[in-house]
Amino acid sequence: MANKIPRVPVREQDPALRATNFEEVCHGYDLREAMLEASRCLRCKNPRCVAACPVGIAIPDFIAALHAGDLRTAAETIARDSSLPSICGRVCPQETQCEGSCVLGIKGEPVAIGKLERFVGDWKLEQDTAVDAAPRNGRRVAVVGSGPAGLACASDLAKMGYEVKIFEALHKVGGVLVYGIPEFRLPKERIVAREIEEVKKLGVEIETDVIVGRTLTVDSLLDEEGYDAVFIGSGAGLPRFMGIPGENLNGVVSANEFLTRANLMHAYDAEYDTPIYVGSRVVVVGGGNVAMDAVRTARRLGAEATIVYRRSEKELPARAEEVHHAREEGIEFRLLTNPVEVLGDERGWVRGLRCVEMELGEPDASGRRSPVEKPGSEFDIACDVAIMALGTSPNPLIASTTAGLDTTRRGCIAADELGATSREGVFAGGDAVTGAATVILAMGAGRTAARAIDEYVRAKAAKSAE
Amino acid sequence: MFTILEKRSLAEGIWLMKINAPRVAHAALPGQFVIVRATERGERIPLTIADFDAAEGSVTIVTQAIGVSTRKLCALEAGDALVDFAGPLGRPSEFVSLPLDELRRRRYLFIGGGVGTAPVYPQVKWLHDRGVEVDVIIGAKTRDMLIYTDEMRAVASHLHIATDDGSEGFKGLVTALLDELVARGARYDECVAIGPMVMMKFVALATRKHALKTTVSLNALMVDGTGMCGACRVTVGGKTRFTCVEGPEFDGHEVDFDEAMRRQGMYRSEEQRRAAIEAERAAGHVCRIGLDK
Ligand SMILES: Cc1cc2nc3c(=O)[nH]c(=O)nc-3n(C[C@H](O)[C@H](O)[C@H](O)COP(=O)(O)OP(=O)(O)OC[C@H]3O[C@@H](n4cnc5c(N)ncnc54)[C@H](O)[C@@H]3O)c2cc1C
Ligand code: FES
Repeated sequence: MANKIPRVPVREQDPALRATNFEEVCHGYDLREAMLEASRCLRCKNPRCVAACPVGIAIPDFIAALHAGDLRTAAETIARDSSLPSICGRVCPQETQCEGSCVLGIKGEPVAIGKLERFVGDWKLEQDTAVDAAPRNGRRVAVVGSGPAGLACASDLAKMGYEVKIFEALHKVGGVLVYGIPEFRLPKERIVAREIEEVKKLGVEIETDVIVGRTLTVDSLLDEEGYDAVFIGSGAGLPRFMGIPGENLNGVVSANEFLTRANLMHAYDAEYDTPIYVGSRVVVVGGGNVAMDAVRTARRLGAEATIVYRRSEKELPARAEEVHHAREEGIEFRLLTNPVEVLGDERGWVRGLRCVEMELGEPDASGRRSPVEKPGSEFDIACDVAIMALGTSPNPLIASTTAGLDTTRRGCIAADELGATSREGVFAGGDAVTGAATVILAMGAGRTAARAIDEYVRAKAAKSAE
Repeated sequence: MFTILEKRSLAEGIWLMKINAPRVAHAALPGQFVIVRATERGERIPLTIADFDAAEGSVTIVTQAIGVSTRKLCALEAGDALVDFAGPLGRPSEFVSLPLDELRRRRYLFIGGGVGTAPVYPQVKWLHDRGVEVDVIIGAKTRDMLIYTDEMRAVASHLHIATDDGSEGFKGLVTALLDELVARGARYDECVAIGPMVMMKFVALATRKHALKTTVSLNALMVDGTGMCGACRVTVGGKTRFTCVEGPEFDGHEVDFDEAMRRQGMYRSEEQRRAAIEAERAAGHVCRIGLDK
């Protein structure tokens, strides 16, 4: 029986070696391995994996095509629901989505759906897909932000015939894919840049160095520049801090700053001018993907690196694979530990974190057990850099400069399930609407909004034709 | 592309560049800044806007070549282009949103120190154009380092100059000149000081003595300049603020200058290390002692 074959192991860089370089950790499957792994899929009648995929990719179908060696059909099958397979295959939390519901996982190991998706996505990037830009329909849409939400929205609209322009605040295109997620997890030139090329091939224009809300506004895009609609995919980029004493000491940085220096500005490469400071002992506070990326980057820059997280292993919100890889690379985990103060030396530099031990209390309303402090458990951890990875929230800039654009209590842009906001002609999706979430959700929201924008623009055109 | 339309030297190591950046020029207001990158592998450098002309589509920046990145920027010539020029960033000066009749009743004193004199200019010009009386103090180490004196004279009601060595105008620091003006009976409703962090610190101390409301423009370290990283955080009135989105102008009497100065130096040793590599390279040396590791 097919499911007797064990999950095909994926080749990875040796942990000791990769802890010293920024090359991709996982080499991925080759065709033979991918086809073998594809043979494990049971092709369930009621595939639970599809239901668990945020965008409902027809997983058994693409795997069947892959098993038959028909890569083109596999790629087309995925493309119906996802426009970024080589990225999502690398960064989706598969263990809580598709793979987490795979029937094979009940007794053994689930099908490596993420690795298969990545294989198909990478294959597709290798092909010289000559895309025929759709005939232009004479309508224009402005997209704010070039993360997965903006890219997905722009490419779908371009395929429908819209003239689309993306406005990006930073000097580089890609959002979190370029400034946040490190090279060793998501190669920038080989994968991200090529996905962006695909979007450009569709005729999408991109203007960088434009901060919507400052350089121009949503209103000026609609009223002065003549766009028929605007999509806001500005992400959730504002870093949170703990608000504990000593947080402004030298050597205390947000994970966003640390990762932006390393990824966007290439500070780890002496050929680039932006400095980064790692010291010799780094503590990262937090347990999500951002924390794992920061701690593993610090390790690669030569520091002894430790994670401090206030809940237990089970609650770590990071992808399971990242936690596993971090451990292999020698990252120390201090779980059930919470900082209460950053300690400084006489020069105003951090010298350590004062922490308390935590234990998990009763489950709260959301069912999560909230950590409570153990009395009298204070202790210090020495470090010369402390990185705060406590989550992010949406930048209020656009909402505060766009009249009539409602936000939620959490500072997110209020939008319905199709992406329509309180302002006519203005749509939004991705982290800007949900708060920090995932690449696949952002991509899905961008695509949904593209359909809603198309409907809106057509309806408006029909009305004015009456 | 952000082409350099004009470049000229204002003083030893201080360059003025007029950049073609229509979108920024159109949106800019006094008090705001831009983030520029001179070259493909360069840093994002925050610079306070020194002038802007919406009709011409140009924005003027003034830079002192002091670090690796500012030296690279200043090495570019007219006709070359900067790879990036993003802005205008930060909040405009508070006075921009005051009603004109109220503004005209107020008297402003601006203090510019060193290259900080350049960003004072668009503010004074903006007020002058609206009929507001403005006095200005410009400070520099010595006469040769004074910048923007002629431009400023054209828009200021009174222009006072202070040099540390007395080679022009008042001999001494801008704070001493400020004390003297006040002693002679000058009265102001607000002081705006832009210059080196130490200067702003001491101006704020001096104006506190005179109970004179003081605004300072903080040149904190920045990366993105859009609120994304927190590199630019400062403590104002006991609260942490992000200079790039909540500033760059703050109430000078509330700013924790000692912390701000300490934070400005955070990457100093790292920058020196990179500068050393750069110098080695320029000299054609191959680094053997592992400096570039
Ligand atoms: C370090 C890190 C690791 C992560 N790891 C994972 C992972 O493994 N798996 C996963 O699924 N998700 C991960 N995430 C989350 C994921 O990256 C985000 O959910 C996703 O990128 C959101 O996409 P988005 O398009 O909504 O926004 P973003 O990717 O944040 O893009 C928003 C873009 O808009 C631009 N912008 C913002 N404001 C303006 C403005 N005013 N004008 C013009 N442009 C503007 C920004 O510069 C940015 O380029 C990670 C996030 C981080 C930070
Ligand atoms: S410069 Fe990054 S938040 Fe201000």
